[in-house]
Amino acid sequence: MSDELTQRVLKVIATSKRIPLETVTIDSEFQQLGIDSMDAVEILFALENEFDISIPDDEVRTVRNVRQMAEGVEKLVAAKAAGASAGQ
Amino acid sequence: MRRVAITGMGAICALGRNVEEVGASLCQGRPGIGRIESTDCSQLRFQNGAEVRGYSHQPYFDDRRADFIDRFAQFAVIAAREAVRCAGVEWTPELRENAAIITGSCVGGQSTEDIGFHEVYKLGHNRVHPLTIPKTMANAGASHISMEFGITGPSFTISTACSSAAHAIGQAYWMIRSGAAELAVTGGSEAPFSFGILKAWEAMRVVSPETCRPFSKDRRGMILGEGAAMFVLEPLEAARARGAPIHAEIVGFGMSADAAHITQPSAEGAGRAMRAALRDASLAPEQIGYINAHGTATPANDVTEASAIRAVFGAQANGLPVSSTKSMHGHALGAAAALECLATVLALRDGVLPPTANFTEADPECDLDVIPNCARPTQVEYAISNSFAFGGLNAVLALRKA
Repeated sequence: MSDELTQRVLKVIATSKRIPLETVTIDSEFQQLGIDSMDAVEILFALENEFDISIPDDEVRTVRNVRQMAEGVEKLVAAKAAGASAGQ
Repeated sequence: MRRVAITGMGAICALGRNVEEVGASLCQGRPGIGRIESTDCSQLRFQNGAEVRGYSHQPYFDDRRADFIDRFAQFAVIAAREAVRCAGVEWTPELRENAAIITGSCVGGQSTEDIGFHEVYKLGHNRVHPLTIPKTMANAGASHISMEFGITGPSFTISTACSSAAHAIGQAYWMIRSGAAELAVTGGSEAPFSFGILKAWEAMRVVSPETCRPFSKDRRGMILGEGAAMFVLEPLEAARARGAPIHAEIVGFGMSADAAHITQPSAEGAGRAMRAALRDASLAPEQIGYINAHGTATPANDVTEASAIRAVFGAQANGLPVSSTKSMHGHALGAAAALECLATVLALRDGVLPPTANFTEADPECDLDVIPNCARPTQVEYAISNSFAFGGLNAVLALRKA
């Protein structure tokens, strides 16, 4: 996972949940950060806007921490890039 | 305090255009869920809903009258007409003055508003249709019912998301019981199949991409529905005196607020509403023979509701039939509790408990007798109907076989 992508994910979470960026790390669990299901839905919305991706419901059902969320975003960003280059 | 009878019922939803059709679908466990036809869903993550298929206003309203009435309010009037006809109400000037109308709706005419906002925001037009406001207002259903029958008594609309119709029916019940009204037309109506509204539901990530499977281990969320159910309530003695049909009695109503979270349900709040309804009805939990569940089929609701039922009913919950008819008529938001009250009345009246359709696999976290897939012939004396809204506002109705 690139540092740049991770940093963007951490920033989206911190901004959306309105908590200091330094409290969010790649190893944070949602429970530690007080992120409930509605917070998670808002963060997904913000991530979709930040990375211009669409995150399917099924992909998010088991996500419980920041690392899983960042890995999911990375996969969708890669799939989008592959789709774009295939289209060229 | 007076006893309160349900003397008239009317309905229109994905399961049928009248009470008889809806009742037949419920007994057969036949869902009205399918691909959404009234709105283009190609840009949505879900494609299925419980619509009134092929609906046109034409058998019900002339074109000019229909111009003034959003689909949600049309449904309200259609169901109210059937309910009033079924009750055989004989209107007098005194009765019209002493009759109340209390309706529930969550989104009201937002589909009309959606069209107007599309005109100004997307198409760049400088004006919206002048009927946008009177068609959008959530009380339009109550207003059009009042004009339809010339009812001039206390009339209003309650909007408590998915509990709206239960709060409405409960208030109407209390008004008849206390003598504040001699007759009430009450229920709920909804028509949420508009692109902007569907997009908002998509963003919540609570709508199933396939069907609605309440209490089933593989449930994937709710299915939106539309329609209306309306009832005529009267004092039991007056109804008997005039020889009116008595479909069931309403015997209790309870409400509570979770005061916890704007979307996550609380078992404690749900339990308090059930207990309040039992207390209002002077019933012990052991007397309840059937629960029509809120049962949305979201992961959160069904576990929470099952745990609340266990907390209220204790060991009795093991043998207590509980079903969610949302598996068939979908989640019709502000109309949901009215459709579910209807399903409960029919279960009591006809001695057939409606099933939880689309059920595949038991979830240990929803360890209840959910009447999977097949209706069950059972005579029941008392039943409750649960409604738990987003925002944590809960309402429970208690009913008795006539």
